[in-house]
Amino acid sequence: MTTITARVLSPIRVLTAGLLVAMGVSLATPANAASGYPINKPREVDWSFSGPFGTYDKAQLQRGLKIYTEVCAACHSMNLLFYRNLADLGYTDEQIKNYAAEYEVTDGPNDDGEMFERPARATDRFKGPYLNVKEAAYANNGALPPDFSLLAKARAPERGFPTFIFDIFTMYAENGADYIYSLLVGYQEPPEGVEVSEGLHYNPYFVAGSALAMAQPLYEESVEYDDGTVASLDQQAKDISAFMMWAADPNLPQRKQRGFIVVLFLLGFAGLLYATKKKVWANVPH
Amino acid sequence: MSSNEEGATRRDFLYIATGAAAAVAAGGVVWPLVAQMAPNDREKAAGAPQEIDVSSIEPGMVVTVVWRGKPYFIRHLTEEEVAAAADASQDIFRDFETTDIRLSAAGEGDDTGKSWAVMAANCTHLGCVPSKVEPDGDNLLDGWVCPCHGSKFDVTGRVTKGPAAINLPLPPYRFASAESLVIGEA
Amino acid sequence: MSGHSTYKPGPGIGKWMDDRLPLARLMHDSFVSYPVPRNLNNFYTFGGILMIMLVSQIITGIVIAMHYVPDANLAFNSVQDLRRDVAYGNTLQSWHTVGASFFFVAVYIHIFRGLYYGSYKAPREVLWILGVVIYLLMMATAFMGYVLPWGQMSYWGAQVITSFFSAIPLVGETVREFLLGGYAVGNATLNRFFSLHYLLPFMIAGIVILHVWTLHVTGQTNPTGVEVKSKQDVIPFTPYATVKDALALVIFLAIMSYFVFFLPDYLGHADNYIPANPLVTPAHIVPEWYFLPFYAVLRAVDFNIGIPFTEIVLIDSKLGGVLAMFGAIAILFFVPWLDTSDVRSTNYRPLYKIFFWLFAINAVFLGYLGSRPAEGIWIPLTKASTFWYFAHFLVVMPALGLFEKPLPRPASIMDAVMAKADGAGASAPSAATSEPNTKG
Repeated sequence: MTTITARVLSPIRVLTAGLLVAMGVSLATPANAASGYPINKPREVDWSFSGPFGTYDKAQLQRGLKIYTEVCAACHSMNLLFYRNLADLGYTDEQIKNYAAEYEVTDGPNDDGEMFERPARATDRFKGPYLNVKEAAYANNGALPPDFSLLAKARAPERGFPTFIFDIFTMYAENGADYIYSLLVGYQEPPEGVEVSEGLHYNPYFVAGSALAMAQPLYEESVEYDDGTVASLDQQAKDISAFMMWAADPNLPQRKQRGFIVVLFLLGFAGLLYATKKKVWANVPH
Repeated sequence: MSSNEEGATRRDFLYIATGAAAAVAAGGVVWPLVAQMAPNDREKAAGAPQEIDVSSIEPGMVVTVVWRGKPYFIRHLTEEEVAAAADASQDIFRDFETTDIRLSAAGEGDDTGKSWAVMAANCTHLGCVPSKVEPDGDNLLDGWVCPCHGSKFDVTGRVTKGPAAINLPLPPYRFASAESLVIGEA
Repeated sequence: MSGHSTYKPGPGIGKWMDDRLPLARLMHDSFVSYPVPRNLNNFYTFGGILMIMLVSQIITGIVIAMHYVPDANLAFNSVQDLRRDVAYGNTLQSWHTVGASFFFVAVYIHIFRGLYYGSYKAPREVLWILGVVIYLLMMATAFMGYVLPWGQMSYWGAQVITSFFSAIPLVGETVREFLLGGYAVGNATLNRFFSLHYLLPFMIAGIVILHVWTLHVTGQTNPTGVEVKSKQDVIPFTPYATVKDALALVIFLAIMSYFVFFLPDYLGHADNYIPANPLVTPAHIVPEWYFLPFYAVLRAVDFNIGIPFTEIVLIDSKLGGVLAMFGAIAILFFVPWLDTSDVRSTNYRPLYKIFFWLFAINAVFLGYLGSRPAEGIWIPLTKASTFWYFAHFLVVMPALGLFEKPLPRPASIMDAVMAKADGAGASAPSAATSEPNTKG
């Protein structure tokens, strides 16, 4: 029996390894493999939402919302989210209603056939700073500020071989949050001999070049936290990155809980089937 | 012999446990497939209570509003209509309810609600939207007639002629103020 | 197998139905009493796994199509709304996309198993060809499905793949416009891809039925490559193969679940979380991992083929690449005749075994090359790897069969099994034999 198992296993191992490589390859293909950006790999942060039991830190998300509201929302929209989604952050219906009411949205047409402005409700989508992408690009010298809804998933610098294989086992899926964090703390003076064009800002963590159009958005104490947390640049960068991860993947904690149950169940089921199979095949040479 | 029986028992247990796990797995597969059919969060959020400004609705006027995707009539009754509805003989209704129940949206300690009939705008027979019956001389009672199968309702939505067998249902509603009607919470 | 059935219908309704529509008999003969060689290893479980994967993709697909909107302006957001607002929406959507990848994991193992054990050799040529047809349909389905979320990769994938057809001489551009329903990838393209993405899986299911039918006519191969000779060699499908397939399936699904719930984006592209933009191509576009080897073949041909020492170009590099890529798939149709050896199982072909694994490694490497940018060292490597891919089928397979000296093969499946059992020091009487079975 043992020899049989061994014989069966070895080609399986070979094939599995091969498949893992082949599957991983798709991840190893970043936005800019050819040109070698980002210059620095993202710094890896220890997030509350990493790992099999990962979940969001609501206090952190609330701090992140504050940064988004007071800093980022001046240029960046977040079209896929509704105000009602803020319930995930631990806000009450009343708080959400008040938060939404700060924004005026266009509704209508009314019975007179005219569009009208009214305070936003929980059921409205987050109001963006610009009417449309053309206005957004025009207001920013042609550099369109990307929408925040999925940004934490839409930015994933190359992990490279063999890291992308280890990522399967370490369950690493925080590339986007790490990237955003690194970018926000990564602004610096360009090194000697590096020319940065007018209107661009040097950042070795930027995925598509050595400099980007967005100037450094966060500094020490850019916002004042309600919960007394010291608003260091590092803290703010982490909070907004976590917030953006939540925006991109609000169901993450629920997904991981479900996954834990499903995988555990299937392994147990497999154990039972293995025992059953052994019993069924006990007297059958094969 | 006994060891054989023991083996058989253990084997039966194993088969039953495996079968049970398979049943659980099947249930686990079916549940999400069914659960996804339910109204989604957006639909549910849109079903939240809705405020309607009724200040411009004069007595005798009807507006149709949409709540949870379904139409509702808001009818501002004239004093004569309220009186006609209250005095009508119980015998003409198929599903009698008092006007106190039908015109139940009392405001905070006043009579604001007493002249407002708020009801679902889908006929309780098969769901068509009844048309308003224009007041005709002394007949102030007739309110709606269904274009599909001819059911009739009085001004407060009580059925007076079949095939509909029950009155137009009332949504939960209340007056937040004299001008503001809230549909979706009582 | 054809011939006589061992199904005994119950009295009453069972008998009544059996005389009119013997569906229960068909099921019994196909999945209960159907005799399978007793020595099948775990690689033979992937056929069953694939059937379940097809069903799983169809069911999750039908369900998420209830929430999807095939409109260029709404498609991207409708997928996100599904993930955010629908109960179990994120699970179902991930199950469908990750499931597509794992469908291909299973099909590749299944194909390589067939190649290793010579499952394509007479009398199973039609079985093999139907399998290749299924594989082709799977690729078409997966490609069109990938377009539906209407992200950047969806859009530019559609752009690139449909451009293949513009390589056809003379009528290419017209063909492409007919495929797209416009002058560029757009709303019409999205709508027809949605329609076809919904249709093709059912065509796959139809061909799967033919595939299984031919299998049940010819019987399964087995690791020895020796045909079934007596009822000693086989065991009934249920419970033996059933429980074995079930175990393999559950392990497979456990691994897949790990990806669905913990690494749902691992196999995808970050750029597809950016809505489609016809004005900006992502810096580095590659297909999904399961297409990468063929993508590498496509890029390997970067030269015109013409008459030497003249300016005459017979096949330009674009058409050449497309031909090579389709050729890499089409060549699979001819494998039954390219392999000249009359030994089925590679276990008994010491020389071919080396070449088989070389081919497998090369195929994976070709996939890796497909993900690399077309520059520097990767270009000659891609050409070499592509050359080897074709050489395996066109040179190694026909040539090796002619002079390779195979190892002695067992007289029957049971002989091989008993020899192995003796080797392992076990002594087991053959208790289970299938119902009487003689082919014919």
